[in-house]
Amino acid sequence: MATAEAEIQAGYHPHGRTGLWDWITTVDHKKIGLLYGATSIIFLLLGGLEALTIRTQLIRPDNHFITAEAYNQFFTMHGLTMVFLMGMPIAVALFNYIVPLQIGARDVAFPRLNALSYWIFLCGGLFLYSSFVIGAAPNGGWFGYANLSERPFSPGPNMDFYSLGLQILGIASIMGGVNFVTTIIQLRAPGMRLMRMPLFTWMAFVTSFLLITALPVLAVALFFLTFDRFWGTNFYMPAAGGDPILWQHLFWMFGHPEVYILILPAFGIVSEVIPTFSRKPLFGYAVMVYSGSLIGLIGWGVWAHHMFATGLGPIADAFFTISTMIIAIPTGVKIFNWLATMWGGQLKFTTAMLFSVGMIAAFTLGGISGVMHATSPHDLQQTDTYFVVAHFHYVLVGGTIMGVFSGSYYWFPKITGKLMNETLGKWHFWLWFVGMNLTFFPMHFVGLLGMPRRTYTYSAELNVGALNALETVGSYIMGVAAILYIWNLVRSYRKGEPAGHNPWNASSLEWATTSPPPEYNFGRVPTVRNREPLWLEGKEQVIADAQAAPGYIHMPPPSYWPILTAIGIATTFALFMTHVWWAPLIGLAATALCVMNFAFESTT
Amino acid sequence: MDHAATLPAAGHAETATGLNTFKVGFWVFLGSETLFFGSLISTYLVYKHQSISGPYPDQVLNIPLTSVSTFVLLMSSLAMVLALAGVQRGNRRQGLFWLFMVAVLGSTFLGFQAYEFTEFYHKGLTLQTNLFGSTFFVLTGFHGAHVTVGVIWLLTLWVQGLRGELPPERSLTVEIAGLYWHFVDIVWIAIFTLIYLLQ
Ligand SMILES: [Cu+2]
Repeated sequence: MATAEAEIQAGYHPHGRTGLWDWITTVDHKKIGLLYGATSIIFLLLGGLEALTIRTQLIRPDNHFITAEAYNQFFTMHGLTMVFLMGMPIAVALFNYIVPLQIGARDVAFPRLNALSYWIFLCGGLFLYSSFVIGAAPNGGWFGYANLSERPFSPGPNMDFYSLGLQILGIASIMGGVNFVTTIIQLRAPGMRLMRMPLFTWMAFVTSFLLITALPVLAVALFFLTFDRFWGTNFYMPAAGGDPILWQHLFWMFGHPEVYILILPAFGIVSEVIPTFSRKPLFGYAVMVYSGSLIGLIGWGVWAHHMFATGLGPIADAFFTISTMIIAIPTGVKIFNWLATMWGGQLKFTTAMLFSVGMIAAFTLGGISGVMHATSPHDLQQTDTYFVVAHFHYVLVGGTIMGVFSGSYYWFPKITGKLMNETLGKWHFWLWFVGMNLTFFPMHFVGLLGMPRRTYTYSAELNVGALNALETVGSYIMGVAAILYIWNLVRSYRKGEPAGHNPWNASSLEWATTSPPPEYNFGRVPTVRNREPLWLEGKEQVIADAQAAPGYIHMPPPSYWPILTAIGIATTFALFMTHVWWAPLIGLAATALCVMNFAFESTT
Repeated sequence: MDHAATLPAAGHAETATGLNTFKVGFWVFLGSETLFFGSLISTYLVYKHQSISGPYPDQVLNIPLTSVSTFVLLMSSLAMVLALAGVQRGNRRQGLFWLFMVAVLGSTFLGFQAYEFTEFYHKGLTLQTNLFGSTFFVLTGFHGAHVTVGVIWLLTLWVQGLRGELPPERSLTVEIAGLYWHFVDIVWIAIFTLIYLLQ
């Protein structure tokens, strides 16, 4: 429809900024979602290059493609990138774009705070990557175990980048969590009861709760590390009575909920894609909501399964073995409900559907190996070997990334108004699926044969050379698939077929408005009367409302204070690197000035 | 004007729960803060009696003095309630007086804390001395930083009030500052009980 004309007639005034300045000052949730998406895809490529470097080093025994020190930096940055700079933000990108549309809102609850989250995330990512410029990237693993990460054992700036960089990124995540919890509680359209919300929004809700509860624990762990490294405290130093295991407790108290922060959004995506392409409502909607929430809740009581090797004692080991196994129940419920949704449906295997089905298969494998090392005696044989690497890559590459790929094929038409190329998409899927299994499946065996993780090379006598070569070939195939994906995004954006407002004939509210949606999302906010507003009665009215000419709509104006405040916050932490005690205070003063302007800025 | 016509994000429009969006957002943020202080307090408790050299808590903690500063902080919460009531009723003088009093009482608490920290320093307890020093100063330091932010916030509101920019319609900003202030106060009660009283 002719949106622009309608706007002029009805008195909707766009804020009229264009180009780079528009992107820098935008507070529109859709543009911020695109910024998050583009940034995380760039980090996906960087993290992928790091992975390929690692695999190239491991292609044959006793290889010297890169040095041991470089290897440490590469595997650490690979982990940090894929968790903090790709996995979390790419989910937030979809939360940003899709959640307000799914609940019938015009934006998130706090649009400027949303922009601030993005800019802090970007500054944190740039700060972390600036470490490569001086050749001192973090090298102590993404888990940064104390006391190896302490000044006496890591004297260089490497782990300073770690402790300060993650602190910056954590602030962005907490703000994002607060924003999305509030958005989902407050901004639902009339009739959009909690138990009518699409599963993706539900999983965004649970994930946001995990963000606001888990990230502060990481913040405290990192502050202790920072104090130890910069001001000589002894939180993790055994010589002064400190306990390195405290780091592990705090880190994994954050780290296990973090696993669900990474996987629940993918669960949400799959729960949208499968019903759409099975032409059936999601099987057991309520149970899916409860099981997702339960996973988030129990996820808080399992952290020490990462610490069986530290010797917690039989009672703690038994407790955490049992609690971890219990999580398999709600997770299994989800898997069976997806299968039951497909059962008897009119299946249509688009690329989005292929990735969702592939995700269920790969995630199930990762889940099963997870239950294997939930058993503490079993874990003692597997910990620190490639078996664990195989497990979490099945969950994160097979689960999270395939889920996100599925979501991007599914929502690309909504975001751009154009369809993605299905032929390229299917090449992307099959190459990725084959490459992923070639890379990670042999790692189970390599691990059980005793190949340790995080070691830059291995001896020929271990007899794992052939399997490692196979893994490396698999990783190159994934590299090719990733390039095809980027090519498909660019090509389809330029000359994809027009999509229309609901190309998949899907059921949820985001498909009611035009593709791409206007800045204000819905001409009139539709009233929701059921769980599948575009399938059930009243759908004509919902679409008519969504695409109606807008009445008077006030959208918040753009602002440059979010980016300035973000630069202030990142600079404050970066100035710690100078080791001049008053230097961060300069950054703090600048930040305070920005916060004041942010607070007093008019939003009308 | 129907619900479709205004942006709910503006905070004063109709919302799904009927609650104010800024207030809900702030409550959510305070939930996050609870985990932050929870982790700091837990670390203090886990490391209790783990210091391998003195000074130990019973040698430096001054309970009578800190009881006074705790009382001052508690009274500031009362002042906060009165300030909010003043602003809500449109009683400008009451609102301004009690807002200023909250800031004064908060600053007094910070003065006590500064005095306490210097005392400890003279008794040989620093951030680096032992685990007690590290956990104590980092925990109470972060709490003090929160009080400082609160005092600055309240003074900003006070200046706004002086300029006549705090009519009853804007009492929500004072209410949210109050939520923060009471939260920081409650955290202190936990700290005072667990660290000073239950040695
Ligand atoms: Cu875990």
